[in-house]
Amino acid sequence: MSRKELEEAAVVKGGTSSAYVVSGWRVKRPVINEAKCTNCLICWIYCPEPAIVRHEGAKVTIDYDHCKGCGICEAECPLTAISMVMEP
Amino acid sequence: MVALQGDEAVAEAVRQCDVDVVAAYPITPQTIIVEKLAEFVATGRFSGEFITVESEHSALSACLGASATGARVFTATSSQGLAYMHEMLYNVSGMRLPIVMAVANRALSAPLVLNADHSDMMGSRDSGWIQVYAENVEEIYDRTIQLFRLSEDPRVMLPSAINFEGFILSHDKERVRLLEDGPIRRFLRRPTTKHRLDPKEPFTFGAIATPDTYYEFRMQQAEAMRNALAVFEETEREFEAFSGRRYGAVDAYNTEGADRVVVVNGCTAGTMRVAARAMNAGGENVGVLAIKLYRPFPTEEVVSRLRQAKSVMTMDRSISLGAPSGPIAEDVKSALKGAGINQPVMSLVYGIGGRDVTVEDGKKIFGLAKDETSFGGASVMYGVKG
Repeated sequence: MSRKELEEAAVVKGGTSSAYVVSGWRVKRPVINEAKCTNCLICWIYCPEPAIVRHEGAKVTIDYDHCKGCGICEAECPLTAISMVMEP
Repeated sequence: MVALQGDEAVAEAVRQCDVDVVAAYPITPQTIIVEKLAEFVATGRFSGEFITVESEHSALSACLGASATGARVFTATSSQGLAYMHEMLYNVSGMRLPIVMAVANRALSAPLVLNADHSDMMGSRDSGWIQVYAENVEEIYDRTIQLFRLSEDPRVMLPSAINFEGFILSHDKERVRLLEDGPIRRFLRRPTTKHRLDPKEPFTFGAIATPDTYYEFRMQQAEAMRNALAVFEETEREFEAFSGRRYGAVDAYNTEGADRVVVVNGCTAGTMRVAARAMNAGGENVGVLAIKLYRPFPTEEVVSRLRQAKSVMTMDRSISLGAPSGPIAEDVKSALKGAGINQPVMSLVYGIGGRDVTVEDGKKIFGLAKDETSFGGASVMYGVKG
């Protein structure tokens, strides 16, 4: 691509991370224990990717296409409702 | 006409330039700028957003975000603070954000020193910021105003730094002829960002590049820097039209046909000019070339001003440790050599860590320039003890 065609300052439309599947990056996957989860949304706040999904009238779920398996949600969950388990 | 310290003059200019956002962290000798702006906010004289932050890294990060929304943004720092911003300097220039920053130049730790030299900004020389060095308080005031116009020009869109030596200029009270708000506002344009941060239409700025594209992004910046040379001239012309004041990318005093010309930046340019005038009155023939615009480097103008000089001596107020000579020396040598001029260029380092340079020193320095053979290849470290 020539520099005339490149958008100056490398500006691109937002939302690129939601368009990119990172499922293959994981060694471990987070699994939510629904009985322990109070839907406090701390995992949703801390997750650096769009991988924790909120639902109207239901508890959070995980979008595994966008979860890199970093384990931050497990570390931050105050109720130990999330555990990282080995990918099969 | 009022008496203002250099820092106060910057704050006054920022207030008059209708700046939207200021995020800055106080550091000696720039602190007065931040204090003065905070005072303007407290007394309702500045209506922009003043973001208090916990560090210089955060200051420039906040500025980056604000500038990406299309706001006019200002920050100020010095020495360690500029070093702490270093990472963000490249992000700001790479994202083509026209932030203006004041740098009250101060030497770097260790050992800790509060006084002036240029090693802070010279350490950020290649960060893609336009760099101007002022030599008196009124010039600091004028340049601050000019740089908003220059940076925000659609052909440029690069951040810029107004540099002035800590304490010598930041704290010195000098006469300043303040300008009216009206003509300043008419002289300035709003930032011309094509894309703006907007929650309704999200954009990613400075998204990832690959070895296939990164080089070209850098080339775009290099072209913008080249454009900045011409736009700088235009900016000065339009500023002169309402203020009657013009400085040039360089200031040449008696450079044509002089036996010896010193090339210098910052406040020492004035000192050297006074020394030169006194010497010329006594029958010598010496000149001074002050570099006002350091990045982009006004190569052609420097070459044309030095072409006639019998010998040239560069003066660097910073040490490039382990280098053949100082940064100004290397720029001047390569500019002359590139134009096929082979006159001797002698490199001198002075004023490190705020060591004073008087008119008497200036005369001694011109005296040193008489004897090229004593210089050899290495820089002369003027004024260093023992």
